Amino acid sequence: MTALDPAPPPADPLLLAADWQRAGLGVALATVTETWGSSPRPAGSLMVVATDGRIAGSVSGGCVESAVAEAALQALQDRRPRLLGFGITDEDAWSVGLACGGSIKVLVQPIATGPAGAVGVA
Amino acid sequence: MTPELLTRILRNRADRRACVLATRLPDGTPVLLEDHDFGFRPAGSETVPAALLAEATSLAAAGRSGTTTLEGADWFLHLHAPPPRLLIVGAVHIAQVLAPFAAGLGMLPVVIDPRTALATPERFPGVALRHEWPDDALRALRPDRHTAVVVLTHDSKLDDPALTEALNGPAFYVGALGSRRTHAKRRDRLHAAGLSDRALDRLRGPVGLAIGAIGAEEIALSIAAEIVATRRGSPLATRSES
Repeated sequence: MTALDPAPPPADPLLLAADWQRAGLGVALATVTETWGSSPRPAGSLMVVATDGRIAGSVSGGCVESAVAEAALQALQDRRPRLLGFGITDEDAWSVGLACGGSIKVLVQPIATGPAGAVGVA
Repeated sequence: MTPELLTRILRNRADRRACVLATRLPDGTPVLLEDHDFGFRPAGSETVPAALLAEATSLAAAGRSGTTTLEGADWFLHLHAPPPRLLIVGAVHIAQVLAPFAAGLGMLPVVIDPRTALATPERFPGVALRHEWPDDALRALRPDRHTAVVVLTHDSKLDDPALTEALNGPAFYVGALGSRRTHAKRRDRLHAAGLSDRALDRLRGPVGLAIGAIGAEEIALSIAAEIVATRRGSPLATRSES
């Protein structure tokens, strides 16, 4: 940080996504679109995932990040966006539910040229 | 989401302009809406429902992202706002506590004080410091709608020019330390110096939420809380006495 110009916060997920893309990696964005109850991160919270498995940012308090990363890697393969739901009302509540009792929806989309294609709902 | 959109979002942010990426959820169609001071407009040549632009405007004002249903389709509106800045005039004890509070809240603190003995890296580790006169510093830093300004020097030579500059601009929060009496006198001085009642009504003083703060740490907390309340449009930010 210089005295003249404050630096942006470190490890900004969106800046990293651009960096990774320029470096030739496939990159997917996962964004919280809706929350209910006491979910830890608000709508707009962002996590980015690269084809080499690098991850930055978060969509929850750490409860569902690995499941989201898995979906992001799939999205990078089939180049299709998907909308994921997590929460105690889900069947998989006991495996990747939110400990806080809230629920969230996460939009996972690959960064790619051309039309996005239908959003799959999981 | 295309690489071009990502680049454009990042460019908006570097220019300290808010933008909203609207994604039509059934088919994933993205539309970037950019802030043109008088409202949001699509970055490209797309036509979008007027209600979508209105929704982007209201979410941006509240500093939130969200989902809305328009013409039978769900849209996700992702707000990309530049990180808010907090310009603190006066490298005083309260500033030493407030600057790290602000950083912890995701704001970029800048401490402004021409008194180089006070505005030192030792007193403000990792915080951006400026040693110009406050009004010069504010002119250089150009407070925008994502900027809060708080003056803490108790010295009208330093505080008043900074406040004049800040209240004539679009900063979302302008506050000044001082008792009710000090605040009344300050208002009179600034009014005499040509500031309108409307501009002066934006001035928060005595600064901070009324949490009964005692000492620099608690006052800094009350200021940080009032900035958050103002930014998030909380009823707590409304002052009954002004």
